[in-house]
Amino acid sequence: MGQIEWAMWANEQALASGLILITGGIVATAGQFTQWYFGAYSIAAGVFVCLLEYPRGKRAKGSTMERCGQRYMTAVVKLFGPLTRNYYIRAVLHLLLSVPAGFLLATILGTACLAIASGIYLLAAVRGEQWTPIEPASPREGGMAGRAHHQHRPSNPPPRPPAEARKKARATAGGSPRAAPRPTRVPVTDEVV
Amino acid sequence: MGNWVVNHWFSALFLAVWLGLNVFLFVDAFLKYEKADKYFYTREILGPSLACARASALCLNFNSMLILLPVCRNLLSFLRGTCSFCSRTLRKQLDHNLTFHKLVAYMICLHTAIHIIAHLFNFHRYSRTRQATDGSLASILSGLSHGEKEGGSWLNPIQSPDMTVEYVTFTSIAGLTGVIMTIALILMVTSATKFMRRSYFEVFWYTHHLFVFYILGLAIHGIGGIVRGQTEESMNENHPHECAESFQKWDDHDSHCRSPQFEGHPPESWKWILAPVILYIFERILRFYRSQQKVVITKVVMHPSKVLELQMNKRGFSMEVGQYIFVNCPSISLLEWHPFTLTSAPEEDFFSIHVRAAGDWTENLIRAFEQQDSSIPRIEVDGPFGTVSEDVFQYEVAMLVGAGIGVTPFASILKSIWYKFQHGDHDLKTQKAGHAALNFDKATDIVTGLKQKTSFGRPMWDNEFSTIATSHPKSVVGVFLCGPQTLAKSLRKCCHRYSSLDPRKVQFYFNKENF
Repeated sequence: MGQIEWAMWANEQALASGLILITGGIVATAGQFTQWYFGAYSIAAGVFVCLLEYPRGKRAKGSTMERCGQRYMTAVVKLFGPLTRNYYIRAVLHLLLSVPAGFLLATILGTACLAIASGIYLLAAVRGEQWTPIEPASPREGGMAGRAHHQHRPSNPPPRPPAEARKKARATAGGSPRAAPRPTRVPVTDEVV
Repeated sequence: MGNWVVNHWFSALFLAVWLGLNVFLFVDAFLKYEKADKYFYTREILGPSLACARASALCLNFNSMLILLPVCRNLLSFLRGTCSFCSRTLRKQLDHNLTFHKLVAYMICLHTAIHIIAHLFNFHRYSRTRQATDGSLASILSGLSHGEKEGGSWLNPIQSPDMTVEYVTFTSIAGLTGVIMTIALILMVTSATKFMRRSYFEVFWYTHHLFVFYILGLAIHGIGGIVRGQTEESMNENHPHECAESFQKWDDHDSHCRSPQFEGHPPESWKWILAPVILYIFERILRFYRSQQKVVITKVVMHPSKVLELQMNKRGFSMEVGQYIFVNCPSISLLEWHPFTLTSAPEEDFFSIHVRAAGDWTENLIRAFEQQDSSIPRIEVDGPFGTVSEDVFQYEVAMLVGAGIGVTPFASILKSIWYKFQHGDHDLKTQKAGHAALNFDKATDIVTGLKQKTSFGRPMWDNEFSTIATSHPKSVVGVFLCGPQTLAKSLRKCCHRYSSLDPRKVQFYFNKENF
């Protein structure tokens, strides 16, 4: 359990809470329930939470899967500097945001979920975690991700078979269009299905 | 399109049946509550949200029953074993158990949303009619009092006009269990996204055990009998079609209509989930029993790239090729069980796994075995469980593709094929097995120790497939992959492209390992 980044789970939980707040708020407002204005608040709070939590932070260890199209929000969230970097602030913010929604049954589920997310963020903050934006891929990494066009032939890569076998293979294959074997310089992350 | 049908017809049929049942149950329950006379007066207060809530409740019962079954691995292995005469397509379905588990989970989430929204409207309407003083039928019905000598002919669970819906939610069994179940469900879902599972498996594994609260909550959710319909006797004294109009004159001396009496249902969710829960309890007991059996570690090998090989023995353990086991190491973590493919062949007198450092638990395991001064940590084993690689020998031509640590299932197969050739096994249909190990380290395969032609770099799959298709024009070719999703996509496309529409000619069947 030593290396869990709680902020990642808090982020998923907060994003889900945002959606639940929006849904509960819509139900309360559309159904014109008693005190439905709390529902209207809940929609606004939910949208705000979703926008804030959509850009996933960078993992301290390993590569991070970006959410689709998150770089636009990353740019915005980055602007607030320490306000969004610090998880103590996020924990308090989420707790405060969740309170008004607790007055209405339709949105109380959102309150509970956001409060839980706040708690997990608090745990993350205590353990010294921070929100780091995921920067767009550097040119070197971007090139590696593409096909073989940009590859330079390595001079002596480890995984090549011995020279005789290579010569034999080239002779029999007669210059096949096969791409030259190349070692990856980028650390390979294993996503075993 | 034709090739897709050939490869996936059973999955499509299975899912169609499941969806069809969902739709049928929903519509059936909806119509029952929307049309039945028994609920006439209930509908007077609640409107169509009653039927919505009940219909989604029935679907929730149905899907909650189904959700535990795909993770009863021993049950699945048993079905796979008894079904050896079944066609390959039927048995392949069992490999998609986790996909089905997720689909059922999504359906549960959807119906939970419908159910909650419908009940929000129900509570709102109950509250509103309870406070109404307009003398309408709805307000009269709401006013039928509680705690009368007949045991309560009440309809509206909100007992007094100043009782809030929040109060009723948190003081009724249905409301409280509903909230607990929903929060448990949400926490399970947020910790089970693909990102969370791949990055922080422990969070997923431990949080997922909240399902116990979900199941317990579901079992007692309906005890309060909040959903009320008119009793049989009351229908004789006050049939809605005759008496609803004259509601102001109920119980008058000259009226033949009495006040209606209502009753709740007994809970029925437990009937749906009882059998799967018992089956799952058996599975866990079996795991515990197996974990108590002694596992003797006969050999420990540390390979390059931080890969640990463990050779073990356990009394009564017997395996088939490509099966996997769950491994627990109490000194690292008491409760965590992690799956590993068996890399030994059944013909060998030990069983082995290769473990790569891929997270907290695996790194701790490798570190524990690296320390030569301390004693060897105890290992517990559950399994073996069967996956698709068992089917390799049923194909005349087998194409095995493994990437990185994904070569492990095929190590077992290749070793077994070698042994079978040695012993002249006649059951072996496989005439040719080609292995592409995308493995950048050594020339000799670190896993099997067999000297074989290992291809380095990324093969051109189109070339490989067309070569095989031309050299085996009438064969059924099994393509087996254990590796990343992108590779699966390319291989699946090639299988579709190179399979002939004529079932007598070459057919490529794609099989993917998944954990």
